[in-house]
Amino acid sequence: MAKAKHWIEPHPQGIYVRPADVWIDPSVPKENAVVTHGHADHARGGHGDVWATPETLAIMGLRYGTEAGTAIGYGEGFERGGVRFSLHSAGHVLGSAQVLMEYQGERVVVTGDYKRRPDPTCAPFEPVPCDIFITEATFGLPVFQHPPIAGEIAKIFARLEAEPDSSILVGAYALGKAQRVIAELRRAGWDKPIYLHGAQVRMCELYEELGVSLGELRLVMDTPKEEMRGQIIIAPPSALTDKWSRRLPNPVTAMASGWMRVRGRARQRGVEIPLVISDHADWDELTETIRELAPKETWITHGSEDGLLRWCELHQIRARALAMVGREEGDDG
Amino acid sequence: MRRFAALIDSLVYTRSRNAKLAAIATYLRETPDPDRGWALAALTDSLDFPAVKSATIRNLAGTRIDPELFRLSRHHVGDTAETVALVWPEAEGREQSDPTIDEVVQALSAANRATAPDIVASLLDSLDSNSRYALLKLAVGGMRVGVSARLAKTAFAQAFDVALDDVEELWHALDPPYEKLFEWAEQGGDRPDLSATPFFRPFMLSHPFEGDSLDLGQYAVEWKWDGIRVQAVHLGGETRLYSRGGDDISASFPDIVEAFDRDGVIDGELLVRGTDQGGEAASFNALQKRLGRKTVSKKMRQEFPAFVRVYDLLMDGDDDLRLSPWHERRQRLEGFVPKLNPDHFDLSAVVDVDDFAALEVMRAGARDAAIEGVMLKRRESPYLAGRVTGHWYKWKRDPLNADCVMMYAQRGNGRRASFYSDYTFGCWTEDGELLPVGKAYSGFTDEELKWLDRFVRQNTVGRFGPVREVKKSLVLEVAFDSIHESGRHKSGLAMRFPRIHRIRKDKPAEEADRIATLQAMIS
Repeated sequence: MAKAKHWIEPHPQGIYVRPADVWIDPSVPKENAVVTHGHADHARGGHGDVWATPETLAIMGLRYGTEAGTAIGYGEGFERGGVRFSLHSAGHVLGSAQVLMEYQGERVVVTGDYKRRPDPTCAPFEPVPCDIFITEATFGLPVFQHPPIAGEIAKIFARLEAEPDSSILVGAYALGKAQRVIAELRRAGWDKPIYLHGAQVRMCELYEELGVSLGELRLVMDTPKEEMRGQIIIAPPSALTDKWSRRLPNPVTAMASGWMRVRGRARQRGVEIPLVISDHADWDELTETIRELAPKETWITHGSEDGLLRWCELHQIRARALAMVGREEGDDG
Repeated sequence: MRRFAALIDSLVYTRSRNAKLAAIATYLRETPDPDRGWALAALTDSLDFPAVKSATIRNLAGTRIDPELFRLSRHHVGDTAETVALVWPEAEGREQSDPTIDEVVQALSAANRATAPDIVASLLDSLDSNSRYALLKLAVGGMRVGVSARLAKTAFAQAFDVALDDVEELWHALDPPYEKLFEWAEQGGDRPDLSATPFFRPFMLSHPFEGDSLDLGQYAVEWKWDGIRVQAVHLGGETRLYSRGGDDISASFPDIVEAFDRDGVIDGELLVRGTDQGGEAASFNALQKRLGRKTVSKKMRQEFPAFVRVYDLLMDGDDDLRLSPWHERRQRLEGFVPKLNPDHFDLSAVVDVDDFAALEVMRAGARDAAIEGVMLKRRESPYLAGRVTGHWYKWKRDPLNADCVMMYAQRGNGRRASFYSDYTFGCWTEDGELLPVGKAYSGFTDEELKWLDRFVRQNTVGRFGPVREVKKSLVLEVAFDSIHESGRHKSGLAMRFPRIHRIRKDKPAEEADRIATLQAMIS
């Protein structure tokens, strides 16, 4: 950019707010950090002062031990170095927030990760008008359209009906996706116990403590194999092909992720029931949000930035891609 | 179409062979004619709509979506048809319909180049995303759902409880949608009479020889020729030439078809004569110039004259010899071939060798351009369809090896869409320049693939569209069956069946092989 350096600087390790000396979602330990949500590629341990929602602080506490932090509720904020920070719901996972910064009359929003679909486990996305919109683009290609979740959940039930002797093993990221899948199963009327891989337990307990009810959950490790026929098991994606799954009766592998939209991705992982369920905005949500907010400029942090950048170009929207590292596509899609 | 789309998806996501068989068999039983026949043809790539090609649907996509966004999407998905199916905008306010496959096939058959885009577009508009995928795969072919023709035939046999051999034979004689085949299998009707038609008989296939020794009293030895396996049929006044997979390749080899004028069915290797080799069979490289051509110029026919080196006789006149032992067929064959035009047919000799030890020496020493190894055929065996254990063995020459340096990498297709799995590698010139000598995308384990993919991502020095140039630091030991002169690469060399044999993390790139070393291996 030809003009003087902006007060917000994208760096490979995060977004730096210079007047306030604050980093947003830094990937390495920093003195002052605002953390948008608890996923590992956004929330790292070892920072000095942390500002985040109470839920995100609780999640970080669970993952990294006690974390010094200032809890900021949705709509609340703080001021530092002339910059007014406030947090607003992002609809991604429990506690996820966008960061609004106001400085010398300019409003900048960093979305972190977000989605606009209803999710029974977290507050809905709040559109925040701004001059510069710094957006994620995990699914920034028009191939990514997340279908209504009810139809995806129904695939699980259909398979159980066709194969009552099998168990359905659903791969779902431990923070957010697992709880959302459980809550949606409950909403669709599944009132039997749902069985968990050990790595899912503490986060589910934390969700319950924070007021998200998930129904009866049992641990696979404590359950006799036969009891799990015709049942649903939730495990981290890494466990799907692990030796661990041998303790399940005829497991049929499902995977809940936006990446499941592409057949090759599902086949690559040996997934038999691809569930296109994502906690990120799909293509239409990404583009419609930009249209709705109509910012003067759109900055794109991570994901398929080329696609979203091209769309902005086609619609004569000022945009730029920020080169960020440590945000490689992961299982949290 | 929805039911067919659901079948396709269940095949895509199922790894178990038995589950695939069950899914296809159930579909064939539950679906009425002619849809099930069309489905079967689509699964086995037996449909062809000349007006609808991959480029047709790619161009069509460009009418609905920005070409650059399409290119980025295609790059991510790794498959044109799937990309179009995913990005095609749902027609708003329009009811989605569920046409029969027959309706779709009729519409596509009626298309010509001018009308094809509109016809395909209006079908796409009427379908849901999964049906769009099924439609596009059906239209352009290349299903890639892990279903071989053999598997589909097995499923058919299972569905109606009939013998697989019968299915194989009848299948190739009938055209989609195979209504007669279903009638015969389902209702126990008369077996369609094919005696006087030049249909394809399934090949007898071999297993790789992995033992230490074999009794040559029981097994005859022939050379294994490096051409393509063909079956020539002349019956009922018609001649056909079939490839390994049962495809009719008569149009590519009119010289052979015209010359085969005696009633019978022969099995042999299609080769071309190299002028510079004293009229002997030339390398596979020369044959490649004639493969896959829809029409063949006179010049082509003269420059690369094709002939069949015959090694088996399935029918002599209308006498079916397939149940006779090899030695009897061989005797009949030796009487049959001399009556054919010698320019286009010769007899593959039985190799005279005393014992197995002598054979090992002979196989290792064979450096004829057209020899790939030896075949071991049990003298008492009938001609059996498919790959049945214990009858025919192929024993290929040991592969050649070279240490090459990885230069470029490209993403794979389908399930490898997110991996850099296709590698171009090179060797050093005397001036220390690295020139590409080949490209390989197999030979490594899944673990090694992950490692190679990571190597590519971490060592990228340049990007050209989908291709990444990498730091010239990784040595790959490449195995290949033979190497030939070729204008395709700057190095002037082309490998046959190159595959990654080992990743030589231990070897410095400077110590990889030189072009001159490879030139010395040309056979």
